[in-house]
Amino acid sequence: MALFKKKSVPSGVDTTTNAAETPDKHQPWKELGLKEDEYARIREILGRRPTSAELAMYSVMWSEHCSYKSSKIYLRQFGEKVTDEMKTNLMVGMGENAGVVDIGEGWAVTFKVESHNHPSYIEPFQGAATGVGGIVRDILTMGARPIAVMDQLRFGAVENPDTARVVHGVVSGISFYGNCLGLPNIGGETVFDRVYQGNPLVNALSVGALRHEDLKLAKASNPGDRVILFGARTGADGIGGVSVLASETFDSAGPSRRPAVQVGDPFAEKVLIECCLELYKADVVAGIQDLGGAGLSCATSELASNGNAGMRVQLQKVLKRDESLTPEEILMSESQERMMAIVPKKSLKKFIAIVEKWEVEYSDLGEVIEEPRLYINWGDEEIVNVPPRTVAHDGPVYERPVAFPAYQDGLNADSVHSRGLYRANDNSTDLAAQLWQIVTSPNQASKSWITDQYDHYVGGNTALAMPDDSGMVRVSEESGLGISIATDANGRFCQLDPYQGAKLALAEAYRNVAVGGAKPMAVTNCLNFGSPENPEVMWQFKQATAGLADGCLELGIPVTGGNVSFYNQTGDVAIHPTPVVGVLGVIDDVARRIPSGWQDEGNNIYLLGTTKDELDGSVWSEVIHDHLGGRPPVVDLAHEAALADLLHGAAQQGLLASAHDLSEAGLAQALVESVLRFNMGARVWINEISERDNVDRTCALFSESTGRVIVSVGREDDVKFVGLCEARGIPVLRIGVTDNSGELEIQDLATFPLEDLRNGFKATIPALFG
Amino acid sequence: MPKIIVEVMPKADLLDPQGKAVANALHRSGNKDIAAVRIGKRIELHFDREISEADIANAKKIGEEFLSNAVIEDVVNVHVEN
Amino acid sequence: MKIGVVTFPGTLDDRDAARAVRIAGAEAVSLWHADADLKKVDAVVLPGGFSYGDYLRCGAIAAQAPVMKEIIKKANQGLPVLGICNGFQVLVESHLLPGGLIRNSDQHFICRDQGLRVENTSTAWTNQFELNQEITIPLKNGEGGYIATAAELERLEGEGLVTFRYIGGNPNGSMNDIAGLRNERGNVVGLMPHPEHAVEPGFGPDTSSAMRSGVDGLLFFKSVLHSLVNA
Repeated sequence: MALFKKKSVPSGVDTTTNAAETPDKHQPWKELGLKEDEYARIREILGRRPTSAELAMYSVMWSEHCSYKSSKIYLRQFGEKVTDEMKTNLMVGMGENAGVVDIGEGWAVTFKVESHNHPSYIEPFQGAATGVGGIVRDILTMGARPIAVMDQLRFGAVENPDTARVVHGVVSGISFYGNCLGLPNIGGETVFDRVYQGNPLVNALSVGALRHEDLKLAKASNPGDRVILFGARTGADGIGGVSVLASETFDSAGPSRRPAVQVGDPFAEKVLIECCLELYKADVVAGIQDLGGAGLSCATSELASNGNAGMRVQLQKVLKRDESLTPEEILMSESQERMMAIVPKKSLKKFIAIVEKWEVEYSDLGEVIEEPRLYINWGDEEIVNVPPRTVAHDGPVYERPVAFPAYQDGLNADSVHSRGLYRANDNSTDLAAQLWQIVTSPNQASKSWITDQYDHYVGGNTALAMPDDSGMVRVSEESGLGISIATDANGRFCQLDPYQGAKLALAEAYRNVAVGGAKPMAVTNCLNFGSPENPEVMWQFKQATAGLADGCLELGIPVTGGNVSFYNQTGDVAIHPTPVVGVLGVIDDVARRIPSGWQDEGNNIYLLGTTKDELDGSVWSEVIHDHLGGRPPVVDLAHEAALADLLHGAAQQGLLASAHDLSEAGLAQALVESVLRFNMGARVWINEISERDNVDRTCALFSESTGRVIVSVGREDDVKFVGLCEARGIPVLRIGVTDNSGELEIQDLATFPLEDLRNGFKATIPALFG
Repeated sequence: MPKIIVEVMPKADLLDPQGKAVANALHRSGNKDIAAVRIGKRIELHFDREISEADIANAKKIGEEFLSNAVIEDVVNVHVEN
Repeated sequence: MKIGVVTFPGTLDDRDAARAVRIAGAEAVSLWHADADLKKVDAVVLPGGFSYGDYLRCGAIAAQAPVMKEIIKKANQGLPVLGICNGFQVLVESHLLPGGLIRNSDQHFICRDQGLRVENTSTAWTNQFELNQEITIPLKNGEGGYIATAAELERLEGEGLVTFRYIGGNPNGSMNDIAGLRNERGNVVGLMPHPEHAVEPGFGPDTSSAMRSGVDGLLFFKSVLHSLVNA
C-alpha cells in the first residue's frame, strides 16, 4: 500500500485518486473561508473529499465575492420586478459579465460598475488601477469596444492623515491605468465621510459599444473547441488566501508568503483590448471570459457551466511568471490582463496569427468536451474532477437573518426640526457665510484636482464630462447617436432610510442623465454594505434592493447587472449603506446635448419642480451642524419621469441653453456650478420660491427636495418653453437672468464675484491633497 | 545567474522632479540632513553563461545608446554581479 | 493626399489622428510599427499614447521600431512628420528633434485645455496659422516637461526652432515654456498638446462662444495639405 501511495503522488500533488484513498486527511476548509456544512456539501457532491485543488476552486467560487450567496435572494427581484416593455431593449440581462442594451441603428452598449474596495485600502494605487482593468475586461468580454470609464470614490475624513495616502494612491492608480488604456474618464463621484475611514469605496464603471452581431457570451458549448489562455503570464498575484494550502500540502517547499494584491500592467491590457477586438472581427472565438476574481477556477467552471458542457485542461501548460507556483495557486491566481477564449479547431490558425501579431502570449490548455464535467490534470495526475455547475452556479444560497436596527427609530426621530438647528433665514450675512462654507467644503468643492488627472479627450467622442451632470460619448460617428451615464449614491440618506435612499440615488442618476438631454434606458448598480452576518446590515441591504427594484419598475427601466460588496466595516462599525446606482441614457444625436452651465447672457433662468422643507440628511445639516438624523427627502418617480420627458422634448426642440440638476446642497450649489462652468454671471431672486412653496430662505437655498432642475432659456424660446412646462404640469418659476457682470448676485442676500467663487471653489481639494 | 548591472541617473545638472518630490517628503518627515535626492534606474542584463569582456563592452554600448538617453541621463556605472 | 498614422502597441490616439486627417480632407493610412513599409504616404503623424507602456523612457522603445527606421530616413529627406505627445517623445528619442521630455514638475498627469502661441509658421504643419496666433489645444500628459541643455536652448531660441509656447501658465515645468519644436528644415514638428482633439465642433476644447467648440487643431492638418499641394 505504501508503495502505491508513493507512486500516485510523486510530486506532492493531491490527486483525485489520492483524495479517494485518504478520506480522513484534514483539510484547511475553515482557513479558506468555507463553513462546515459547505465543506460537507462539497464532499457530498464529489462522493469523496475534494483534492486540495478542488478545495481551492470551491472555496473561492463559493466565497461571498464570487457566489453572491448572501445577496442572491434579493438580487432576484431585479429580474422579477420587470414588465415585458422594460425588456424590449435588453439584449443580455443579469447574470452575464455585463448587461447589453440595444440603443438602435444596430448598435448596442454594455455597461457595469464594480467594486474594488478592500484591495484599494491595502494598496491604493494597484487596488484602484486593477479595479479599472477588471471592469474594462468585463466589458471587452461581451464583444464590445470599451469606450469610457467612470469612478465612484468614497474616502474617510479629510483631516485623517490616512485619507491622503488613500486619495493619492487611488487617484494616481486610476489615472495611471485608465489613461494608459486610452479610455476617456467621463465622470464619477468623490465623497469624504468618516464612515469610510478604513473602508474606502473604490467603484469603477466601464461602458462599451458593439454592433448587435458582435455580441459574445462566456460559454463553451461545442465539444472539440480548444481552450486557450492568453494575455499576461500567471504569477502569484492576489493568492494570499491559498498560501494556507501550500503550507498544508508541502513541508517546506513553495514560497511561504504570497502577495495579496494584484499588480496591473495597463499596457498589456491595451494590447489585449486591440487583440481581442481583432479576434472578434475575424470571428475566431466561440466564447470568451476574462480572468478576474478567482482566476482560472472561475473562467474554466463558468465557461463550461454556461455552455452545459465540460472541459479537459492541462494545468502545466499555463505560462507562468514564477515557476514555483503550485497547481492550487495557479487555479486561484488573480494575475491581471488575462483572457480565456474558446476557439473552434478550424479557427485556431487564424487565432494564433492574430495574437502573435499583437505579441500576446497564449497557451492551448485543452478542449471542450460533451460530458458536463471539468477535468484538470497536472501532468499525468488528475487533480480536479468536478461538475462545473456545482462550482460556478450551484453554490450555497443563504437567507441570512434580518433585523430592524435598534438605532433606527431614534435616528429617524432626531430630525433637524426636533433639534431646532439654527437657520440663518433673517440674517443675510450668516446665510451668505453658510453658502460659502458649504460650496467650499470638501464634498461640494470642485474636484478638478482629481479629474484633471484623467484623460477625458481620448477617442474624440466625449460630448459631456466632468463637471457636467453626466458623461456623454458618441457611439456612431455617422449619425451622432450616443449614450450618457450618471451615477449616484447618498450614504447619509441611505443610513436614514435605505429603501428611500436607494430610490433617491436612482432618481438623481436618472435626472442627471435627463438634464444632459438623453433618455434614461437602463440601470446598473454597485451595492456597498457592511457585513451580511450582521442582521441590521442585512436589513439595510434588503430595504435598499427593494427600493431600487421598485424604483426601476416605476420608472420602467431595467437593471442590467451589478455587483455587491459586503464586509465594508471596521470591527462592528459598518459604513453607511452605499448603493451606487448608474443610469444609462441614449441620445439620438449628441449635438443636441444640453450644457450644464450658462454660456450666454440675457437668458432666463427657470427652476422646475417645487421645494419642500427637506434638510434632514442634507449637506447643510452635515457641513453647518455636523448632524445626521430625521427622514430623507420624498421621491416622486412619476414626477421624475415627467420631468425627464420634458427635458428630452425641450432638448429635441433646441429650447434649452443649459440644464443642471439640483441635489446635494440644493439650489445654492447648482447656482454656483452654473455660473462657474463657463464663467457667466447671473442675477437670481429666491424670495418667490419661498412665497410659492411656503419655505424659508434656508430651504430655498439648501433643501434637497428631489425632482428639481434649473434651466436657462433664450428669450426667443421663453414662451414656448414655459408653455411646454405648463402643458405637462411641471411647476416652473423664473428665478433669474444670466448676465456678463462677472458676479453671482442673489438678491437681498449677497453678491459673489465669480473670481472669488472660483478661487474658493477650486482651492479646497488642492489645499488638502495637492 | 551572472548579470551585468547598468546604472542610469538623470544628468546632474538637470531637474529630477521625482527626486525633488521625494526629498521634499523626507524633509517634511524630519530628515533635514538629507540635502538632496536623485532617482535613477538599475537595469540587470541576465546571462545563462559566463560573462566576457566583450559582453561588458556591448553592455556599455547598449547603455549609452538605448538604455539611457544622453540628453537627459548618464550611464554612471556598468559592472558584473555573479 | 495620403497621410500615414502610425500605431505602436500602446498607441491611443491613432483613431483620433486618422479622424483629424479625414476632417481636413486627406486620406488616412494606418501604418503598423512592425512594418518598414510607409505605403507611399505623403506625410506621417506619430500619435499620442503610451507606446510600449512608456517603459524604459517614453518613446524610447518605439524609436527602435522598424517603421521608425524608415520614417527617420524619409524625414531626413523632407517627409513631413508630426509627433503629438508620445509622438513628440518618439521624435526626441529618434534624434529628429533635440532635447528630452521628463515627468511633469508637479508629478501628476494633467489633462486640460491649454493656451499656446504659434511662434513659427514656416513649417509643414503650421503654415496656415498667423505668426504669434494664440490657440487652445487640449493637453494631456504625465511626462511633458521639456528639457535641454543651456547651450541647446540658446540654439533653439536663436534659430527660431521653438514653434509653440505655453501661455496662461506653464503646465508641466517645460524649460522656456516650450510646448513644441520644429527641425531646421521645418518638415518635422513635435508638440505635447493634442491638435487632433481640437478638430471637430462638439468634441474639442471649450471656447467663449460654445462648449467644446474649439477647432484650432484643424489648421495643423490643413497646413500639411497646403504644403504638399504647393511642394
